[in-house]
Amino acid sequence: MTVNLSEFDQSCLDGQEGPAAASAMRVIVRLAEAMKATELLDVTSAHIDSCLYHGPAVLDFAKWLEDQEAKVKIPTTLNVSSLDLIHPDLYRGDEDWGIQARLLMDCYERMGCKPTWTCAPYQLEERPKFGEQVAWAESNAIVFANSVLGARTHRYGDFIDICAAICGRAPAAGLHLDENRKGDILFRVDGLNDSLLDRDVFYPVLGHLIGKNSGSGIPVIQGLPNGVSEDRLKALGAAAAASGSVGMFHAVGSTPEASTTEEAFLGSDPTDVIDVTSEKIIAARDELSTASDSRIGAVSLGTPHYSVQEIKKLFELFNSESVNPEVNFYVSTGRDVLTEASLRGFIKPLEDAGVIFVTDTCTYITPIMEAVTLPVMTDSAKWAYYAPGNLGVEVIFGAVEDCVASGISGDLSIDNKIWVDG
Amino acid sequence: MIFLVEGKANGKVLKLDEPLSFWGGVDPETGKITDLRHPQVGMSVKGKVLMMPFGRGSSSGSSVIAEGIRSGSGPAGIIMMEADEIIALGSIVADEIYGKAMPIVVVEKSEYETYSTGDLVVISEDGITLS
Repeated sequence: MTVNLSEFDQSCLDGQEGPAAASAMRVIVRLAEAMKATELLDVTSAHIDSCLYHGPAVLDFAKWLEDQEAKVKIPTTLNVSSLDLIHPDLYRGDEDWGIQARLLMDCYERMGCKPTWTCAPYQLEERPKFGEQVAWAESNAIVFANSVLGARTHRYGDFIDICAAICGRAPAAGLHLDENRKGDILFRVDGLNDSLLDRDVFYPVLGHLIGKNSGSGIPVIQGLPNGVSEDRLKALGAAAAASGSVGMFHAVGSTPEASTTEEAFLGSDPTDVIDVTSEKIIAARDELSTASDSRIGAVSLGTPHYSVQEIKKLFELFNSESVNPEVNFYVSTGRDVLTEASLRGFIKPLEDAGVIFVTDTCTYITPIMEAVTLPVMTDSAKWAYYAPGNLGVEVIFGAVEDCVASGISGDLSIDNKIWVDG
Repeated sequence: MIFLVEGKANGKVLKLDEPLSFWGGVDPETGKITDLRHPQVGMSVKGKVLMMPFGRGSSSGSSVIAEGIRSGSGPAGIIMMEADEIIALGSIVADEIYGKAMPIVVVEKSEYETYSTGDLVVISEDGITLS
């Protein structure tokens, strides 16, 4: 199948927009062919995941573009990298790896990307509006843009993000198009008790369960309270994109393309209906932990990056207490959020209490955490999913309240009552 | 059968019981599956014709695929039932910058079911053949 190219697309390919646009357009057209797109469309912003160092190939690619004088054409934000430029001493990795990672970061900045270094670009002041076509990478950001903002991006991987940013074009296919945004599978949570639905910790667990049971389809969740907060939807989407391949979900009464269940399915019938029982939720919660112990060695929060509201809650939970000296307590966040939370007076007291803030990166993608033999506790299903494989640590999943209580005492403390009736 | 990315490969099939996120799931230096929750953790994708029904997980998967093609520790080819852009991109970019592409083929369920782990297969412009 051939892709019908606009005059602009063709002029890129022909080199009239410069050599970098020609290379970038070639990658876009090849992807468009693989996606069976018949044409390309304009995108108004991009979020780049390619700035995280994974070895020589990613740097070779960035240099290949830069050597052709690549510049981004649309507002473009950068995802996390391997280094914390604000707290550089936190990096404990191989020196040469760190040097290569920095070269990669600099390369993307020189191409005109904004040094936002966050996996939660939707927490920045400027974010896509409803219906806006964008090219975002980073699985949790993709889900959030599609589901919560109602912007439109396909599930893009590394490389195409910067190519789309250079040309301002992307394949007109996948989640960019109306017909591919309708729900496939119905998850009913009507039977769960209201007090559980009112807990932050419920949302990542639900996301984990949904990701595992959605295949490549779009899940629709019915039975949640109306107007679920952005932080909860963020945790849900991030978990579903880690345990599955979810690029979009509908939460009836909360997300903008699902004021009703019928609207979410665009009038068609679900291919499958799953009743989410409390047994299934507890089983999903238990899958997120790899260990149980009476003591913990560390806590890691902020995957995806903590918002100002989440930092505020952490500040309130600490309530002037301090982290146990035998526990390392990390919170990953974006540098812009750190600045705002600092202005609002949350950061200094938390740092004084022993909390280590990590910016520009995340504790599970780069060597930041001090080695611990005891399990690490987290409130993030995504962190719980990836950290054991990436870092070789044991993980215990819990609510942020549990993480703070355990971090203060050093003893594992989990409130199990919230998971059962009442 | 369609090629998401064209190319030639031959190797032993490794059919995954569950989809795999390449980032956070495969060590790009050795090709070993590192996702502790994956049923085939510890096995190597290096030089294999990897079969997985559809893609999963991190968008950094494209980078891990490209790195595997560069270093030679990645799969020789991938057979899927549903197109996956994250996987395709890794191979497209390796082709652009190194001139080395890993073929990615999307087949119907009936054909997908004819191959199993250990089969020796060849991917060429004619499609997939058992050898």
